[in-house]
Amino acid sequence: MTQNADTLIIGGREFTSRLMVGTGKYASFEQTARALEISGAQIITVAVRRVNLDRSKESLLDYIDLKKYTLLPNTAGCYTAEDAVRTCRLAREAGMSDFVKLEVLGDEKTLFPDNEELLKAAKILIADGFTVLPYCSDDVIVCKKLEDLGCAAVMPLGAPIGSGLGIRNPYNIRIILENVTVPVIVDAGVGSASDAAIAMELGCAGVLMNTAIAGALDPIAMAEAMKLAVIAGRLSFKAGRIPRKLYANASSPLDGMIG
Amino acid sequence: MKILLNGDFVETAEGATIASLLRQLDISRERVAVELNADIAPKADYEKQLLCDGDKIEIVHFVGGG
Repeated sequence: MTQNADTLIIGGREFTSRLMVGTGKYASFEQTARALEISGAQIITVAVRRVNLDRSKESLLDYIDLKKYTLLPNTAGCYTAEDAVRTCRLAREAGMSDFVKLEVLGDEKTLFPDNEELLKAAKILIADGFTVLPYCSDDVIVCKKLEDLGCAAVMPLGAPIGSGLGIRNPYNIRIILENVTVPVIVDAGVGSASDAAIAMELGCAGVLMNTAIAGALDPIAMAEAMKLAVIAGRLSFKAGRIPRKLYANASSPLDGMIG
Repeated sequence: MKILLNGDFVETAEGATIASLLRQLDISRERVAVELNADIAPKADYEKQLLCDGDKIEIVHFVGGG
């Protein structure tokens, strides 16, 4: 199989799947587990929240085989570097792993990153031994700064979180791809399988999504669609597409036409 | 004595430790993290870490999220 040799390495760990999936917004823990299974994802994101002391102690992790997945705790909901760093330290203690998806939000309406706070948090976390995968703007300058700090990947948004608008600025993603050497993972904005394929055809190392799967009418079917789209997009990128031309170029020979 | 646990004041016995608090709450220590007065409490310290009146405790775990 072609894609078996084509592994993704992040923070010294090797992955065969380039689809990363979030675990929020599913109808049930059973559905979450099934969607993850079908998606083939090996990296899954989770959020860090207070244990609810009044309700059932049932937990998402009771449904997920932790031997199969690398947990990527996020700092969703954090608006300052300080809160994000605090959340990462709790996540490391709870999960015994240094991997974190660092997000520091600037605004509730757009959920766009606050890149200034993001850089501040990334610096502290990297000094503290974390493997940092930052959710950031589709801005090559910010991505380069994050790479220079020692982030293990950069994860520019395709469009606002949960918007399903797709890759709004493929040229920015291309510029990022040409200028950083760490894996570039499109995080947020994907709405359908074609969006995921576009991200991969641009040359991204992977795609991270949650709402596109969890919010679909049939999340299990969409998980499979996303798995196939990421594989297809990656193969298409590696195969090298034909140049775009304005006019036709016949596929059948011109010689030997009947008189 | 009273401690502030995940934002609510709760009554605990004198001499309580993080480990005894988790037992009292029926929470398995493996998949949680505990913060004591804004500092991470390492799991290795749960048995010996005594709680004091007014301590601020946060117990967190992983939930579904993107």
